[in-house]
Amino acid sequence: MNTKTIAQHLHERYGYAMTVLKGLVKTDFKMRYQGSFLGVAWSVLKPLLLFVVMYIVFARFLRMTDGTSSYPVVLLLGISSWQFCTETIGIGLRAIVDRGDLLRKVHFPNYIVVVSASIGSLISLGINFLVVLVFAICLRVQFTWRVLWLPLNVLELYVASLAVALIFSTMYAYFRDISHIWEVLQQIIFYCMPIIYPLSYVTNKGGVYAELARLELLNPFAQTIQDIRHNLIAPETQPTIWNSFGSWWVKPIPIIITLLLFWLGVYVFRKNSRKFAEVM
Amino acid sequence: MSTEANTDITKLDVVNIDNYKERPVVLKADHVEKWFKLPTEQATGLKQAFINWTKGIKGYEEQRVLRDVSFEVHQGEFFGIVGRNGGGKSTLLKLISQIYYPNSGSIEVTGKLVPFIELGVGFNPELTGRENVYLNGALLGFTHTQVDAMYDDIVEFAELEDFMDQKLKNYSSGMQVRLAFSVAIKAQGDILVLDEVLAVGDEAFQRKCDDYFTAVRKDPSKTVILVTHDMGAVKRYCTRAMFIQEGEVAVIGDPSTVAERYSLANLEVMRKEEKARAKQLEEDPNTYPNGLNARCPVLRTYGVSPLLLKSSDTFRFAVEYQYDEPGDFYLAIAMHDLRRGGITYDSGPRVFKMKKHGHHTVYFEIPLNLFNNGEFRLITSLRTPSPGNEKMTDAVAVALDDNACTFSIRDPRNGAYALLSDRAVEFSEITEQEAERGAEAQRLRIEAEEKIGGDLR
Repeated sequence: MNTKTIAQHLHERYGYAMTVLKGLVKTDFKMRYQGSFLGVAWSVLKPLLLFVVMYIVFARFLRMTDGTSSYPVVLLLGISSWQFCTETIGIGLRAIVDRGDLLRKVHFPNYIVVVSASIGSLISLGINFLVVLVFAICLRVQFTWRVLWLPLNVLELYVASLAVALIFSTMYAYFRDISHIWEVLQQIIFYCMPIIYPLSYVTNKGGVYAELARLELLNPFAQTIQDIRHNLIAPETQPTIWNSFGSWWVKPIPIIITLLLFWLGVYVFRKNSRKFAEVM
Repeated sequence: MSTEANTDITKLDVVNIDNYKERPVVLKADHVEKWFKLPTEQATGLKQAFINWTKGIKGYEEQRVLRDVSFEVHQGEFFGIVGRNGGGKSTLLKLISQIYYPNSGSIEVTGKLVPFIELGVGFNPELTGRENVYLNGALLGFTHTQVDAMYDDIVEFAELEDFMDQKLKNYSSGMQVRLAFSVAIKAQGDILVLDEVLAVGDEAFQRKCDDYFTAVRKDPSKTVILVTHDMGAVKRYCTRAMFIQEGEVAVIGDPSTVAERYSLANLEVMRKEEKARAKQLEEDPNTYPNGLNARCPVLRTYGVSPLLLKSSDTFRFAVEYQYDEPGDFYLAIAMHDLRRGGITYDSGPRVFKMKKHGHHTVYFEIPLNLFNNGEFRLITSLRTPSPGNEKMTDAVAVALDDNACTFSIRDPRNGAYALLSDRAVEFSEITEQEAERGAEAQRLRIEAEEKIGGDLR
């Protein structure tokens, strides 16, 4: 009986938001490949082709590798995970302004437009994961029990991206500079994470660099992406925050940062959401 | 009519309609205030915001749009909101729809509110009509199953059964509007908020909307809030109305009273504007009266005869003009019927060719024998030949407002209703044979003419 009332309560509170969210996500997905000959097939075909290009460039020509045969898949997994973050934040950041005509005409919980952007990216991420999985199977990757951690890692990545998207979308409603700032910031974060280079590449230089490399893992994005790679494909070669630091004071730092970011995002967004229809 | 007493619209007027008071309140605005920050400098960039901040500039000024607005709408009412542009009624509507939030005071809505502020919120041209109905429904807060239930009703009302699987971009604009409007009114909301939408669709659809509004007016469960300029609509549909002026409730109550006050307030404003313009003219010699300009600074029609005449009289008047540019120019005079509307007579653009350039006065006369009683206005325009078209002319200036000449005809022999008097024209009764014979002759003549025309071709 108690659970039912909770369900009802949730439905009352979020039913409307869910209805709007479904409508927006569905439309976005339909619109994405509108008018193209292959339609939805592109959502699989595009990452597949991109992966082939990356595989050829990085693994064959540049020979970026940590010595294991699974490195190309690790690379693809890292890039597609990061793509999810940039897509969520990049589209989410503009969501309030892009959907301005909607916000000015109907009242609905306006965080939905940011969330709908993130759900769209989440769908792409799912498809990308499938493609990565196909590659992984082709390269005979051995999966371990660690894949069970994966949902939690993805959740953390999602929460962190959504948090940043909420903060930036609020700022973007007032200052259009944010989109340019984010483009630069995105590059900085990207190169401060072991995505296209293996972390060992930096650690092997020794000294200060090795210390700095470990610090890279404190960034929640780096931490989750490393976790995802570690748990899904290459437990041996992919260092994570959990095995790089001994102290339990350090290990939870990225998760705490994520939670703080999320709290800040929700707080800032809620505080300003009533004014969005007016300031645009 | 003593205008002073009637135009005192600042006094709050409440007309009680008792049977509504018994129903529950579904919309309650309580001392609502709303102001906007109008940016004085462009501040959507970080740089400007920073500069403003360092200089201690606020970067905006406050504009008060609504002040202390309180009213209640009861269930089942058809509530009209009227007001001039910029008077705050659209802001109020957005506050009711919870798109804006009041700066102070509160707005409480009980039940599901369906806003129709602009046509087709979230309509996407790349989606089909059906998908758009579901999307629009979702935005209004209806689940897929709820939209399923009202879908047929919506499509039927929009009369778009055969087009629902077509993309919206292939719809005509009229069809789009019909679909959007049908979703709004057929959605199972408790409160429907409509902004200026009565002029939707073709005549048949309008009649349908009219039927719908008339029906919904009697429906005790549905509440409608309508914002409009159309006083006819207010009187026809609304059970109660409110007039918002300069952000305040000027009158609230019975629709015909409100409509009357609104019209009076509008007249008042127009009169004030006219006065202001006259004053501006006096102060500034470089501005020209309405209709005139630097090329033709003087063009005035004025009566030489008295301005109140009998039908047996001939009205004599003068046109004073100043025109210095070389080349041919003409005066064209139109006689407007102020009482009945329309143009009684027009001289034609190329009849009065003026011989002298410069500042001159020419005189004209017109017999009044054909006309019944009425007020007439002579409006003169100064015209030059259109380059490239021999028959046409372009107006250089028009003598409007005070430069036009108004005169009246009053004659005991005259009627007042029709424009032409019995002396000008008359109906005569004839027998059936006479009618048939006359008509037959006309038919023969038309046939003969057509034959000749055909042969010539």
